[in-house]
Amino acid sequence: MSTFADSTFTPPERIRNFCIIAHIDHGKSTLADRMLQLTGVVEERTMRDQYLDRMDIERERGITIKAQNVRLPWRLDGTDHVLHLIDTPGHVDFTYEVSRSLAACEGAILLVDAAQGIEAQTLANLYLAMENDLTIVPVLNKIDLPAADPDKYAAELAHIIGCEPEDVLRVSAKTGAGVRELLDEVVRQVPAPRGADDAPARAMIFDSVYDTYRGVITYVRVMDGRITPRERIRMMSTGATHELLEVGIISPDPKPCRGLGVGEVGYLITGVKDVRQSRVGDTVTSERKGATEPLGGYRDPKPMVYAGLYPLDGSDYPELREALDKLQLNDAALTYEPETSAALGFGFRCGFLGLLHLEITRDRLEREFGLDLISTAPNVVYRVVMEDDTEHVVTNPSDWPKGKIAEVHEPVVKTTIIAPSDFVGAIMELCQSRRGQLGGMDYLSEDRVELRYTLPLAEIVYDFFDTLKSRTRGYASLDYEEAGSQTADLVKVDILLQGEPVDAFSAIVHKDAAYGYGTKMASKLRELIPRQQFEVPIQAAVGSRIIARETIRALRKDVLAKCYGGDISRKRKLLEKQKEGKKRMKMVGRVEVPQEAFVAALATDESGEKKPRK
Amino acid sequence: MPSTLPPGDPAPPDGRLPSSALGGLGDRPFGIYVHVPFCAARCGYCDFNTYTPGELGSSASPESWLEGLRQELDLAVRVLGTPPPADTVFVGGGTPSLLGVNGLTAVLDTIRSTFGLASGAEVTTESNPESTSAEFFVGIRAAGYNRVSLGMQSAAPHVLRVLDRKHTPGRAVAAVREARAAGFGHVNLDLIYGTPGETENDLRASLDAVLSAGVDHVSAYALIVEEGTALARRVSRGELPAPDDDLLADRYELIDDTLGAAGLAWYEVSNWAASPAARCRHNLGYWLGGDWWGAGPGAHSHVGGVRWWNVKHPARYAALLADGVSPAAGRETLTDAERHEERVLLELRLVEGLPLSVLDDAGATEAELAARDGLLDPTAMAVGRCVLTRPGRLLADSLVRRLVP
Ligand SMILES: Nc1nc2c(ncn2[C@@H]2O[C@H](COP(=O)(O)OP(=O)(O)OP(=O)(O)O)[C@@H](O)[C@H]2O)c(=O)[nH]1
Ligand SMILES: C[S@@+](CC[C@H](N)C(=O)[O-])C[C@H]1O[C@@H](n2cnc3c(N)ncnc32)[C@H](O)[C@@H]1O
Ligand code: SF4
Ligand SMILES: [Mg+2]
Repeated sequence: MSTFADSTFTPPERIRNFCIIAHIDHGKSTLADRMLQLTGVVEERTMRDQYLDRMDIERERGITIKAQNVRLPWRLDGTDHVLHLIDTPGHVDFTYEVSRSLAACEGAILLVDAAQGIEAQTLANLYLAMENDLTIVPVLNKIDLPAADPDKYAAELAHIIGCEPEDVLRVSAKTGAGVRELLDEVVRQVPAPRGADDAPARAMIFDSVYDTYRGVITYVRVMDGRITPRERIRMMSTGATHELLEVGIISPDPKPCRGLGVGEVGYLITGVKDVRQSRVGDTVTSERKGATEPLGGYRDPKPMVYAGLYPLDGSDYPELREALDKLQLNDAALTYEPETSAALGFGFRCGFLGLLHLEITRDRLEREFGLDLISTAPNVVYRVVMEDDTEHVVTNPSDWPKGKIAEVHEPVVKTTIIAPSDFVGAIMELCQSRRGQLGGMDYLSEDRVELRYTLPLAEIVYDFFDTLKSRTRGYASLDYEEAGSQTADLVKVDILLQGEPVDAFSAIVHKDAAYGYGTKMASKLRELIPRQQFEVPIQAAVGSRIIARETIRALRKDVLAKCYGGDISRKRKLLEKQKEGKKRMKMVGRVEVPQEAFVAALATDESGEKKPRK
Repeated sequence: MPSTLPPGDPAPPDGRLPSSALGGLGDRPFGIYVHVPFCAARCGYCDFNTYTPGELGSSASPESWLEGLRQELDLAVRVLGTPPPADTVFVGGGTPSLLGVNGLTAVLDTIRSTFGLASGAEVTTESNPESTSAEFFVGIRAAGYNRVSLGMQSAAPHVLRVLDRKHTPGRAVAAVREARAAGFGHVNLDLIYGTPGETENDLRASLDAVLSAGVDHVSAYALIVEEGTALARRVSRGELPAPDDDLLADRYELIDDTLGAAGLAWYEVSNWAASPAARCRHNLGYWLGGDWWGAGPGAHSHVGGVRWWNVKHPARYAALLADGVSPAAGRETLTDAERHEERVLLELRLVEGLPLSVLDDAGATEAELAARDGLLDPTAMAVGRCVLTRPGRLLADSLVRRLVP
């Protein structure tokens, strides 16, 4: 079946470009499913839930990590239109996916779960869309739910956006109710793209993905002019030129086309092998008679937290490097640099957007590349100014400078917490214990509040979200954004085994929290490290001052004394097996520390493993 | 359930050995081990290669076993060419005493007629107290046995019960006296310590009984919960607590103190003897890299750096030999590295210890550290030997791990 959307160079007035933005789990991808079906681009037979969540890891975790675009036909009042829809992720770690999607759109559907109301990422994404001057189409989803309270939340939304409650559309992405009307409204409300058809071509790169078979696939939104296959293009930031092997649209699978005109969204294949040659935010133009002014780009996402990743088996180091190289092709936010740890050997200090990003990256490295990894505790970046005015940027606690420190700057974030008003006391108490400063508080409706705190980033990367959830019985939502830095009274706590510091266990903590961290780590390690042939003292220290102490008693017996007759082979095999086991131990000085001890000691919650954050 | 055999290379059907293995045969002590794979019932802790009559049915019997044994010893003589006479013979099990005087006599006669016995040979048989008697000892002494090893395990009735042992506490001691009376110069008792429910006083009582019996050798083994045994299942179900290593260490020290005070000195981690002459020469052969032919189902052999092991089931064992085929199930030719490992592993357990010069540089450094940790004797170290201290004996396994590459 061929549709209006199959051929390109659609007149701009017939095009609508929009994205769906929302708090995590409010139903964006499910709504996109209904749109794929209603417009007929996905047949019943091939439909599956969250069709656009294409990565295995997205499907397993039931969350969107990468934004996805798709071209859809839609007829309103007898006129054919083309819709470019972008489904975005809701998790705070992937906010940059949202912000680059916004640049390709004129409108955004702001989706809100009608049983939950506005949540922290609803606000964050709304403000992003408003900064980009997008037309907002407010929509309540999940009206089929018995717990849905559309009237209450329509009022909340209207209040925030400054519209009338009646303007808020109501849909169920599950049943499809209201989705047809929503698409009609999108055509009516979202402005058509504007651009000069006869001007030199300018297209904004809003995504760039590495594909094993096809090389780099660059997603663009054309602003001016036309892009056609078999012409050469130029990347405006670098001046590099490339041949265009293919131009196409996504509907919902890639389809080659004759080219892209003003307002159209599609992909380019140039044969380059590295996404860094085709950077998100760059402007594409024609090689001949190209544009001279690039479009406004966007900043690269900046890592917020750092952690060391080490292969369990030191000989896997080259494989780890290769795997990181490959992942980075698709993940501009991932940074890494080689580092060496006395305890863990050779590895990489990696920068991540947040803990979920760390966890997903680690998961993919292990699964897609068959690696066993140890990750150190995540930490933020500090700027340390010494009394002699030299400065150090510390991404790894073991690089904390020795000598006289004048001041330490730590990153802070502006957080938004939304929760039922009953929990205000509990939230304030938690934020205060994490050195938070209240910035303001607003009632979204009678019984729901929005609290704004400035918090040290280091205080929220660990267990803050889990604690917040548990203290609010799961009702609170959290969003944060960078907000510069502040000076703070921070110290480095070292953990010593037999008097020797173990770099992988060092942490930067606030002076007042040092004792707590030290005692907790010392007693955890006492449980995790097996007894050795000698006594092993464990100490926590700040500088030369010991703040906590534990002892692992010496092992007394391990000899297998039974006579095995003449079966010496069995004894030797046993020895060889034990020697293998010893290889899985990291020697820290003379102490054999099991790999698991690193993982478990550095895990932040009691169960030892981190759950996906939703 | 008997434990599994080690994986190895296939053994040739005629049992032939590489010529490298046969060089120097007879220059080292040579022993014969005979495995008797029969028990009246299986003890819950035991994973030795042994079978009850119910398990065997009509597939194998002491008669078919003895026939196989004769055939295997004939084959052994063919394989070894002109074998040396046996310096030591050890009939173990299972329960050799179930063969009775006639059976054990037949075993020794077969050895005499194939290998022959060296003069002054040590000839041992294991025996379970309940299947022995004064006449039994007189009979086997007359047949030529000169050493018996009895599985006493404990003097406490409740401990014997947990171990599934059938004899009464007094029987083992009485058996020792009968053996002595029959003219046995060397008698050993086996003890197991650390059985769930065994108290310190239970162990003291067992030691008193051992000493009152008048033996010249004691083996004391910490109870091992072997995979696949009834004991292991009871422990994993939580019916019985697993032995605690700290407690076992205390018990070992008690045993060593008590036996030492009574004039029995340790010469191997789990073995004590009244004098150097009372040490078990056959077992010393295992620990010092000697040669031996192990005959019988599941028996292990070693000749000149080649180790092999027989098929485990008595029926299969007898059938192979009836067809004129070697009963070896697999074998391995030790590499230099493996020989080195074994040497460290085995000799370190002996009171004479291991020459320091055997270790590589890293091993020697570790040995120095171990001496500082109190695991190796510094005086012996000063004259170039690694000799375990008492704490070292208890940590011998992990110490070996440190000493080998
Ligand atoms: N009852 C009901 N459930 C819905 C509706 N829409 C979505 N859901 C469910 O809500 C959950 C989350 O839906 P998704 O579509 O994955 O949400 P999302 O906003 O894309 O989530 P992220 O991409 O991770 O931010 C799924 O279990 C959906 O089945 C709805 O209209 N009604
Ligand atoms: C070859 S075994 C068996 C000999 C004889 N059937 C008996 O049970 O007395 C020799 C000794 O090994 C010891 N032994 C057997 N299984 C053991 C186990 N699981 N743990 C510790 N010692 C064990 C017992 O002391 C036993 O006497
Ligand atoms: S009598 Fe000895 S060999 Fe037989 S089952 Fe008991 S412990 Fe094992
Ligand atoms: Mg989604």
